[in-house]
Amino acid sequence: MVAHSAVLSMSKIINPFWGGRLGNTVKVFGTTLTSHRNKTLRSGNNIPPPAKYGGRHTVTLIPGDGIGPELLNHVKEVFRFSCVPVDFEVVHVNSALESEDDINNAITAIRRNGVALKGNIETNHTMAPSVKSRNNLLRTSLDLYANVMHCQSLPGVQTRHKNIDIMIIRENTEGEYSSLEHESVSGVVECLKIITRNNSLRIADYAFQLAREKGRSRVTAVHKANIMKLGDGLFLQCCREVASGYPDITFDSMIVDNTTMQLVSKPQQFDVMVMPNLYGNVVSNVCAGLVGGPGLVPGANFGRDYAVFETATRNTGKSIAGRNIANPTAMLLAGCMMLDHLKLYDYASMIRNAILTTMNETRLHTADIGGQGTTSEVVQSIMRNIQSKGPLTTDL
Amino acid sequence: MAAALRGSLVTLVKGLSGPRWQQLASRPLSVSAALCGPEAPPARADATFKVTMVPGDGVGPELMTAVKEVFKAGDVPVEFEEFHLSEVQNMASDEKLEQVLTSMKTNKVAMKGKIHTPMEFKGELASYEMRLRRKLDLFANVVHVNSLPGYSTRHNNLDLVIIREQTEGEYSSLEHESVTGVIECLKIITRVKSRRIAKFAFDYATKKGRSKVTAVHKANIMKLGDGLFLQSCAEIAQLYPKIKYETIIIDNCCMQLVQNPYQFDVLVMPNLYGNIIDNLAAGLVGGAGVVPGESYSAEYAVFETGARHPFAQAVGRNIANPTAMLLSAANMLRHLNLEYHSQMVSDAVKRVIKQGKVRTGDLGGYATSDEFTRAVIANLVV
Repeated sequence: MVAHSAVLSMSKIINPFWGGRLGNTVKVFGTTLTSHRNKTLRSGNNIPPPAKYGGRHTVTLIPGDGIGPELLNHVKEVFRFSCVPVDFEVVHVNSALESEDDINNAITAIRRNGVALKGNIETNHTMAPSVKSRNNLLRTSLDLYANVMHCQSLPGVQTRHKNIDIMIIRENTEGEYSSLEHESVSGVVECLKIITRNNSLRIADYAFQLAREKGRSRVTAVHKANIMKLGDGLFLQCCREVASGYPDITFDSMIVDNTTMQLVSKPQQFDVMVMPNLYGNVVSNVCAGLVGGPGLVPGANFGRDYAVFETATRNTGKSIAGRNIANPTAMLLAGCMMLDHLKLYDYASMIRNAILTTMNETRLHTADIGGQGTTSEVVQSIMRNIQSKGPLTTDL
Repeated sequence: MAAALRGSLVTLVKGLSGPRWQQLASRPLSVSAALCGPEAPPARADATFKVTMVPGDGVGPELMTAVKEVFKAGDVPVEFEEFHLSEVQNMASDEKLEQVLTSMKTNKVAMKGKIHTPMEFKGELASYEMRLRRKLDLFANVVHVNSLPGYSTRHNNLDLVIIREQTEGEYSSLEHESVTGVIECLKIITRVKSRRIAKFAFDYATKKGRSKVTAVHKANIMKLGDGLFLQSCAEIAQLYPKIKYETIIIDNCCMQLVQNPYQFDVLVMPNLYGNIIDNLAAGLVGGAGVVPGESYSAEYAVFETGARHPFAQAVGRNIANPTAMLLSAANMLRHLNLEYHSQMVSDAVKRVIKQGKVRTGDLGGYATSDEFTRAVIANLVV
């Protein structure tokens, strides 16, 4: 063990004892994680219990950049106000530094607590190519393979399409996001997209299980197997295999370009969608746009052992940071998803109802969805709503 | 202190082990969560919180009266569900224990006095205290030893936290006489529970912004048992690169504590060592009457005094010091998110002690418990 920690910076956070948990899948990811290849794959029994004592949970809070810190402050305030039994361990990640210490600290903190709530960390494109996206590093290190978002039309928000109710499940750790790029010949860059059978089966199974749990009837796999016959072909084949185990759920597939067109013309036809990494990124942004924009939709990343909650479209929102105009809805709803994950269902629905009431009945909106309200006004209205537990229509 | 040692001896001296305990000992961590049933509805910001109260024996009921009076005077939104549970007052019954457990399962939070454990062996090995702990899986005991400003002792400005595993180790209630005249008493150390308490200690240190965790052991003699505990602590420590991790042998730890207690920050240890160190450290800052304590499982939290003694010789004499229980009550309010009320109660207690006019006998004063409680109430700044 000593030898390992001397050699690898990563071994500080992924020790032999914890390493086994990552499973086969992480092996794909470049040099950082290759150290696990030869390690014994022990079962997950060795993970210590999450930090929950006396009914109070500890959750890692990564403020991130842009509007992240202010939104998460609002989440903290609403939680405190509602007497939610959750304590936050705040871990700052400085995106301007090239060293990976900060993000490694954050990852270790999530390993301790099991659950995190996170703002997006800025990825600066001008930095050296060796500097990987912190967000991506966090997801791959913790093996958060499933990204889940639920796009639902809100009656109080004016959009072109009504009655949208789509769940998007996105593979979160491989595909185009493998961070494997090289210039074999000068002027020619190869960028590897990795599709593995293991991960494809895993995400497909997750999608079907979720569909069954939520009482959904149809799962659509999104792919581009007409061009990437082997890569996306494997993904599609895995989805078909898994689908045969769920006879109660209809399975169909759609090519990604057509999907985006269908989404903007007839989004009501979709139910649950499952797709590889990059398509998921594009499609989830399209869907978020359909229901009102990045400020409204929460997202979650699940692995076997850890869960990280954030806004679905992972925007940093630098341009509107510090101006008190960001829409707090997405982050607050992400907080509610987190409470659901912690099995604090009553707190989750209490806060969620207050948010929806403010959104749909009080109609106090921030500028991004055509309103006049500021972030703090919206949050105050939500808190007033929690206190009164009834609709607030006057006195604003 | 004699009483405390007696209390802990009692649990050691008894000797039966039912299959039920073995089952409990090996149950997975998640069980306590599964046991708790449907979640109680969340308390609203302006609602009252229900808290289970077990006054216990000795001066427990007197101390609880002090807590109730202070809460009433401070308009603290807490409602107590009181259960009188005792092994020595002919009130012992499993039914009573069940009632307490049921109440705990809905309220999740309790205040408890010491339930006295008689020394004689009457066929039941595990005391009520132990059974309550095991049923609720209250594995972690925390005693925050903090000098009270205004009351000077040999060591002032002490601030250390003692975290003790309290469901296994020497307190396993597994004792038998294999050959006449030879008693075997089993000390159990398991990896799962050692890791759990170690993680608790590091999580506590993280949450409270502390910088060092010291594991206390006797692995030079019990190489396997305490060795496992030590190894588990070292493994967990790697998850907390920002917190310093040290180890110390129990005998040396005791000596260091009375010589130079300032070197310690958070101490984590198995059951019996914890019992001794808790009492020793409480003695450093003024005795059993001034140090609050708390016990945690994943689901439940029990607030009590740091050094758990019934103090039976003081019953009815109005001389017990309510400080520990009141500070413990303040900690409970903080646990319930009632930050404001918590601050109010603990500030009032500390102000009374700092003023030094009203002190109970154990701190060298002449005031009665009632007078002290009244002084605290007078100092509440609502």
